[in-house]
Amino acid sequence: MNFDDLFSNFAQYTTTGLTQGAIYALVALGYTLVYGVLRLINFAHSEVFIAGAFAAIWTWNGFGLDQNSQVSGVGSILFYLLVAMIVAAIASAGTATVIERVAYRPLRKRNAPPLAFLITAIGASIAISEAFGVYTRRLPEGAPILVSTKPLFHVFGAPIDAVQLLTVGAALAMMVALDMFVNRSRVGRGIRAVAQDANTAALMGVNKDRIILIVFIAGGTMAGVAGLLYDVRIQTLTYSVGFLLGLKAFTAAVLGGIGNLRGALVGGLLLGVIENYASGLFGSQWKDFAAFAVLVVLLMFRPTGLLGESLGRARA
Amino acid sequence: MRQKLTRVIGGVAMLALVAGGAACSSGGEETASGDKCGNKIAFFGALTGSSAALGINENNGVKLAVDKYNKENADCKVELVELDSQGSPDQAPGLAQKAIDDTKILGIVGPAYSGESEAAGPLFNEAGLPTITASATNPTLAQQGWKTFFRAVGNDLSQGPAAGNYIKNVIKADRVFVIDDQSAYGAGLSQEVQKVLGSAVVGTDKVQGEGKQTEFSAVVTKVKAANVKAVFYGGYYQEAGLIRKQLTAAGVTAPLVAGDGVNDGAYITSAGAAAAEGTILTCPCQPATEARGTFIEEFKALNGVDPGTYSDTAYDAANILLAGIKDGKTTREGLLEFVKGYSGEGVAASYKFVEGGELDPAQVKVWAFKVTGGKVVPDQEIPKS
Amino acid sequence: MTTTVNPPSPEQREGLRDRLRHGREAVAQRWHHAPRWVRWVLLAAVIVFFYALPNKEFYQYLGPIPTPGANFTQVLFTVSIYVLMAVGLNIVVGFAGLLDLGYFGFFAVGAYTVAVLTSPSSDIKTLWPWLLVVPIAIALTMVSGVMLGTPTLRLRGDYLALVTLGFAEMIRIAAVSSPFLKGQRGFNQIPHPPGQYTDGKPIFGVLDARPYYWLVLTLIIVVVIGVRNLTHSRVGRAWISIREDEDAAQLMGVPTFKFKLWAFAAGAAIAGLAGALFAGKQNFVNSQNFELLNSIIILAAVIFGGSGNIVGAIVGGGLVAYMIERFRGIELFGVELYEYRFLFFGLVLVVMMIFRPQGLIPNRRRAAEFKDRRKEVTVGE
Repeated sequence: MNFDDLFSNFAQYTTTGLTQGAIYALVALGYTLVYGVLRLINFAHSEVFIAGAFAAIWTWNGFGLDQNSQVSGVGSILFYLLVAMIVAAIASAGTATVIERVAYRPLRKRNAPPLAFLITAIGASIAISEAFGVYTRRLPEGAPILVSTKPLFHVFGAPIDAVQLLTVGAALAMMVALDMFVNRSRVGRGIRAVAQDANTAALMGVNKDRIILIVFIAGGTMAGVAGLLYDVRIQTLTYSVGFLLGLKAFTAAVLGGIGNLRGALVGGLLLGVIENYASGLFGSQWKDFAAFAVLVVLLMFRPTGLLGESLGRARA
Repeated sequence: MRQKLTRVIGGVAMLALVAGGAACSSGGEETASGDKCGNKIAFFGALTGSSAALGINENNGVKLAVDKYNKENADCKVELVELDSQGSPDQAPGLAQKAIDDTKILGIVGPAYSGESEAAGPLFNEAGLPTITASATNPTLAQQGWKTFFRAVGNDLSQGPAAGNYIKNVIKADRVFVIDDQSAYGAGLSQEVQKVLGSAVVGTDKVQGEGKQTEFSAVVTKVKAANVKAVFYGGYYQEAGLIRKQLTAAGVTAPLVAGDGVNDGAYITSAGAAAAEGTILTCPCQPATEARGTFIEEFKALNGVDPGTYSDTAYDAANILLAGIKDGKTTREGLLEFVKGYSGEGVAASYKFVEGGELDPAQVKVWAFKVTGGKVVPDQEIPKS
Repeated sequence: MTTTVNPPSPEQREGLRDRLRHGREAVAQRWHHAPRWVRWVLLAAVIVFFYALPNKEFYQYLGPIPTPGANFTQVLFTVSIYVLMAVGLNIVVGFAGLLDLGYFGFFAVGAYTVAVLTSPSSDIKTLWPWLLVVPIAIALTMVSGVMLGTPTLRLRGDYLALVTLGFAEMIRIAAVSSPFLKGQRGFNQIPHPPGQYTDGKPIFGVLDARPYYWLVLTLIIVVVIGVRNLTHSRVGRAWISIREDEDAAQLMGVPTFKFKLWAFAAGAAIAGLAGALFAGKQNFVNSQNFELLNSIIILAAVIFGGSGNIVGAIVGGGLVAYMIERFRGIELFGVELYEYRFLFFGLVLVVMMIFRPQGLIPNRRRAAEFKDRRKEVTVGE
């Protein structure tokens, strides 16, 4: 164990961990929303993320930008980011909608057991991921360098750059927006009602199918934005990265308390940081091991997560 | 109705019994068809899946060799059989046996990776089917007494020290960070580099290969904190490109030194031309200007892409087998003897095999290449010690 | 929209599906009504068929069944390992209703135990013979099953699935990264099972995969008989009661935790056996043998065949493993289908779950449960 390394680079492990954690958190929201409403682990959510990430890269390619392009000028950078974000969000929300329509709704109609949902979810996940794999010939696709990584200022010796600010900032903004949507709006009240008791909500005049669709779309939008931020940060995308990232995001959701929106944020950031500390302490090869160890231990001792379960009950 | 059913059942049972009895007499496959024409060679390696890039490079090289051979010998062609292992040791025995069953297959280029070579090697050895690998560089492969194993590249023990020497003597780096991807190839290479560099290695880390990891911020943090003059990476180009990109983004300017697993145009695509600039790639092969002739143009004309890592070595390996077939060695035993005694010049190196099937150490020349202006250009030959 | 519109019940829909269902029921009925000796003869014929299958003299007459892209006998060995594991996982998922997504982890434990104790490249260099190590491997996997089960079996459903998945992934990472388990360099020269023909040639050689396949097939039969007896005993009834309603089972005095642990350990032991057999045949074990997808494939195979039914699990495991290999070497419009096999696999899973969630050959009791559930469709749907 290398404590020296961990302590001397503590600040930087923390900041980069938080950045990665913000992406986990955004993806985790999708798991949490769906779980909160349907009591279902949407295993295919990782591919919702991948769809957004590819959509963003292909949008930039459409503008003639590839991995060697340098874009200058704040205006054009913002333009490219914004367009890609919208396309990514639409692509992800669309994928989520298709998954819900094709893979889940028919099962709900038959009141199939949870096991059946899990298997269709896995099937959909494999099919979508393989489709992207075949289409990209399993090669990585490069994204342009849009945001500079020159350090802007230092916090306790850790350099902070624009990509980190953008990632964390965008993630927080999306999360606040989602939180307000669920807690303040009329549709949000419907979501909470269905989460609390689907049948009673339906009797009270809430259109359950519509609410479920909205939940998938909202989760998809978050995943799409996460996909864009991933592209900006990593600048390369391979079809297969979604699976592990999805698993980590799910871990984050459980960590914070699945079904709990704020829990997803806490869980995501925490997981990102824990991973980095483990990398420092044991070596990068143990990073994922640490993430799963946290999941296993947490589920054993506090299966409801740090902030507690439930979308409806906690703050209804 | 029931009677009919029972009769059917009885029939099936009889059939099965007969077949089962007949089976007891069958033994191993007979080899040695000995026909002069209609022979085959096979390529064994990953053509699909996450580790396919290397296999496709090699297969394209083999394709070119077979294509050229068939143009020159239109009356007596050789067929290429592609065995897609996906780089997985699980699938290797089934494919190896498939090749062994086909008595027309006289020789194999591959297996491409060390893991699948370990799993398939015993079968090839038992069947006496010669294999020439272009990229499985784990030293233990030559130490298992397989008489059919040949390696057309230097193993980890030859390239690793060369890379270490380059860092020590040319870059003159006294602080080096060593990363590997835990593959048999990458870990072996980094081990050798560390042996040469000794105390100059101020830090090490391991990452996950095969596209499993894309986020290297922890590694970058360590490299940055170590304040090094050079970074060595043992692994393949996909991760190398991402690591280089993320190092550059974090302001690390120390050059990346890597082995032939990174010597591929896709590395520059993955890192981006700007970040890749100045990367040193070692390779137990010689630069294009010396012996390659028209290889690159011919390769591109046939496959539509530039040759990648090991394309040339696989091309040479196939040519060794084809030379044997041309020489009338149309049995596995004959071809095996031919390869054992082979000595000649290819586009990537000169070939002569020694004990265990290892490439003659005297023939292994390690060159350093440098990424300059978005292209891999030869830098210098690295002395062996 | 609170109006309750009941979907047309399956009885109201006529068509191909119904006719198929009737046909299948007729077959099932004939099977159950056939005299005992007919069933025995049929069973014997099936068994003889599978013993005869790896012989080239036999399978070359079977038309499209042998795999064109790889040696059929070697493929059969792989398929038989999957079948053995499907039988084991069926205890956990099908009987006890515990969703285990990390079953392949136990396979890894079995294979690595054999590798570490027998291979000359292992650090401890015990170099024990294969046969001696097999019981150790099974025992160790059982212990690891109990160790994983004790803290996690309190969890239910999806949570348990996730923990087991995390566990399998941790085993894989440990295999890749810990120096003791050698990562991708792996363990070579693992000894084969013992035995010689009269002429001194080893029975379990390098080139002939048939003896290995026959060995696994024999063990499958032994395991199936064991599992069948177990399910007809108190243990089996306890498992089913847990699957149907864990709380009710507990109230009725079934020590649910103990029996869940039993199911976990029994399943793990079978996977350990499969791992040991694999290592003995393969001669080489490294970290590339244990991808997460394998766990998912096994689980899908059990559900596909019909969880809770031994025959279903066997058919599912066999079909899924075989189909994946069968895609190799088929070209359609110039592209090899092998590249698309997991794409198809994913789609088949979705379609299967939508149209036949109980599996190909369901357990009768399970099928009845599914039917019940469909009638209980909730309001608002």
